[in-house]
Amino acid sequence: MNFDFSDEQKQLREEARKFLAARCSPSAVRAILEGPEPFDRELWKGLGEMGFLGAAIPEAFGGVGLGHLELCVIAEELGRANAPVPMASSIYLAAEALMVAGSDAQKAAWLPKLASGAAIGTLALGEGVGRVTERAIRAPVANGKLTGVKMPVADGDVADLAVVAARGPEGVSLYLVDLSGPGVAREVLETIDPTRSQACLTFDGAPAELLGEAGQGWRIVSDVLDRAAVLMAFEQVGGSDRALEMARDYALERMAFGRQIGSFQAIKHMLADMYVAATLARSNAYYGAWALSTGSAELPVAAATARVSATQAYQHCAKNNIQVHGGMGFTWAFDCHLFYRRANGLALALGSLTTWEDLLIERMRRRNVVAA
Amino acid sequence: MNFDDTPQEAAFRAEVRAWIDANAPKHLEAELSQATFGNSGLSSEDPIAAAKAWQKKKADAGWACLHWPKEYGGRGATPIERVIWGQEEGVYGSLGGLFIIGHGMCGPTVMAWASEEQKRKLLPPLAAGEEVWCQLFSEPAGGSDLAGLRTRAEPANDGTGDWIIRGQKIWTSGAQNSDYGILITRTDPDVPKHKGLTMFWLSMKTPGIEIRPIKQANGQSGFNEVFFTDVRIPDAQRLGAVGQGWAVSLTTLMNERLSIGSGMPTGFPELFDYCLNLQTEDGPAADNPMVRSRLAQYAVRASGLKYTGMRAISALSKGETPGPENSIGKLVAGASMQELAMFALDLQGQAGVINDPAHAEAAQKFQAMLLRSPATRVEGGTDEILRNIIAERVLGLPGDIRVDKDVPFKDIPTSGRG
Repeated sequence: MNFDFSDEQKQLREEARKFLAARCSPSAVRAILEGPEPFDRELWKGLGEMGFLGAAIPEAFGGVGLGHLELCVIAEELGRANAPVPMASSIYLAAEALMVAGSDAQKAAWLPKLASGAAIGTLALGEGVGRVTERAIRAPVANGKLTGVKMPVADGDVADLAVVAARGPEGVSLYLVDLSGPGVAREVLETIDPTRSQACLTFDGAPAELLGEAGQGWRIVSDVLDRAAVLMAFEQVGGSDRALEMARDYALERMAFGRQIGSFQAIKHMLADMYVAATLARSNAYYGAWALSTGSAELPVAAATARVSATQAYQHCAKNNIQVHGGMGFTWAFDCHLFYRRANGLALALGSLTTWEDLLIERMRRRNVVAA
Repeated sequence: MNFDDTPQEAAFRAEVRAWIDANAPKHLEAELSQATFGNSGLSSEDPIAAAKAWQKKKADAGWACLHWPKEYGGRGATPIERVIWGQEEGVYGSLGGLFIIGHGMCGPTVMAWASEEQKRKLLPPLAAGEEVWCQLFSEPAGGSDLAGLRTRAEPANDGTGDWIIRGQKIWTSGAQNSDYGILITRTDPDVPKHKGLTMFWLSMKTPGIEIRPIKQANGQSGFNEVFFTDVRIPDAQRLGAVGQGWAVSLTTLMNERLSIGSGMPTGFPELFDYCLNLQTEDGPAADNPMVRSRLAQYAVRASGLKYTGMRAISALSKGETPGPENSIGKLVAGASMQELAMFALDLQGQAGVINDPAHAEAAQKFQAMLLRSPATRVEGGTDEILRNIIAERVLGLPGDIRVDKDVPFKDIPTSGRG
């Protein structure tokens, strides 16, 4: 049995960690939090040059042609560094959607640019408050023109390409929309995590090119979200580990009542529980990675398992990291809130925790029926 | 990344599977697979006789205590071979409950500390299940604080070098079925508590030993109190030096954490199955979003433990030592089982209170879990001790402040019991 990453993949993780330590310091993240830039453009360019963006994109379409396991270890490091880049939107979602459903011409048009970072993609699903379901997709496409409002769209303010779920003649379908084209208005939204920007996109007759089979949009979206859920779970696991380390380090350094606070059982036990959550999430993420990389029929269950576990773990670790830091954890100057913001932002990014809990049980049930 | 055997592992698995297929007590399979947490399992025949028969059969064919050296009754197998055996043994493995303490804890301690002659005498019958061992550690005054134990061993005054044991142990699993035990005692109360301990092995038939079952909070009796009244044992049955008992006990306790991949039950498969079938006014319970949310939370814990185990097995397969992530198993499983049992009863409404086999939903499965689960969170290290272990050994946090560390044992304040 080899339920682990290979030595080469672990080495890639080390490379990514070193690269991000040099290029994505906490102060670089803070510059995005506090400054006018929507994301770290230099870092994004560097990720493209290192081949990290194109790790799972085939060489024929400008990628490095490694695979999803390689992308998983890179994602883990991006999460650990809290990287302020549109990786999830462009790579886990837009590029995956193109790879799952795109024609060769569509792949050739966009994947090389996404792999290099020259273009940014995103997936536009939601249309306001509430769960994103197939029925909630209302934005219409008629005669190849898209109208309607998509909100929130992650990185919609900076994206060049949107994969949009919209209602066409055959039902919900996916469309490629060039966001630099006509009929597109963007509005930047304030959010709980300013290191990952969100936008409201208003379409008014924007040219929309069908992606994948007409009327099959929701099926493709589900598949793409499963793939992204596994990759994002690795970001969440990386963030969980980092939040735990921060809390541990502070517990060793901070003195109160004449002792290191890490010598108090109340603190030790809180940290032990963070370790438990992070460990369960890591093992579940590995399960997701296995299913994604082998094309297993278990992917729907594995992705939902990885997603639920990673969301719980990151929220748990990020909030208790603040708790261990006490009052200092609630200052703007300490970095704890960056992880708290990211944890809670990622918890919603691909659909909320309860949405995925629901999916997990529904899928386990269906698997039971199939097995019986 | 894969779950596949290496060619050597596959060959070993095939050999194991063939032998089990030809030799397992198949007439017990159905009954053993019906066994649930909190229930013993076999009622059609004497569970002790069945356990001993299976163990002896395994031993005669060289399949007992796989990882032990051959000269002590084992097979000299690798850790991964031991895991594969466990996977293939399946439900029949639950017959080995009688030997868990002996094989998992007493055997390794004897192996590390006894004389060669004693090892060759004691270990093969232990491996073959001919003799059952228990571990006499916990006391009324020393559970989590094991080193606070009070059972005294004093030299006999007759020049024989023998030791006289007086005191009491508690929570001794399987003492009533045991032939031998390992016993930790206090030999010097004038030094700090960890320094005055000495370990022995002894026959449970030694005069002066009295075993009384404890009626547990769930009404069953799996544990015992063991009383020692002037029990005389020769010095040759000492394990380790006088005063070295704490170090010897650590050998035992370290082995407790080596059973990898066995998988603690969480109760999730039973609950999931129950929710798929439980009919409510609005259809199956599993249709309810609140139920699904709770099920999902338990599902990812059960799955997380399963795949944490897979990671450990993968490390063994590569000849590496598994990481500290295995320390989470009992902590997660114990708490899950208890929460999940409460949730299952909640789903049954007022009828959840019924523990009557003639009327209870799901054959009292969850009622038994509810009543047994508090013990899981205490036995073999409380949740709190496990969290301390994770915090200190995995995360590197400081140990607790111990006010009794440098105090002679006799001067440590007590609560007046024991």
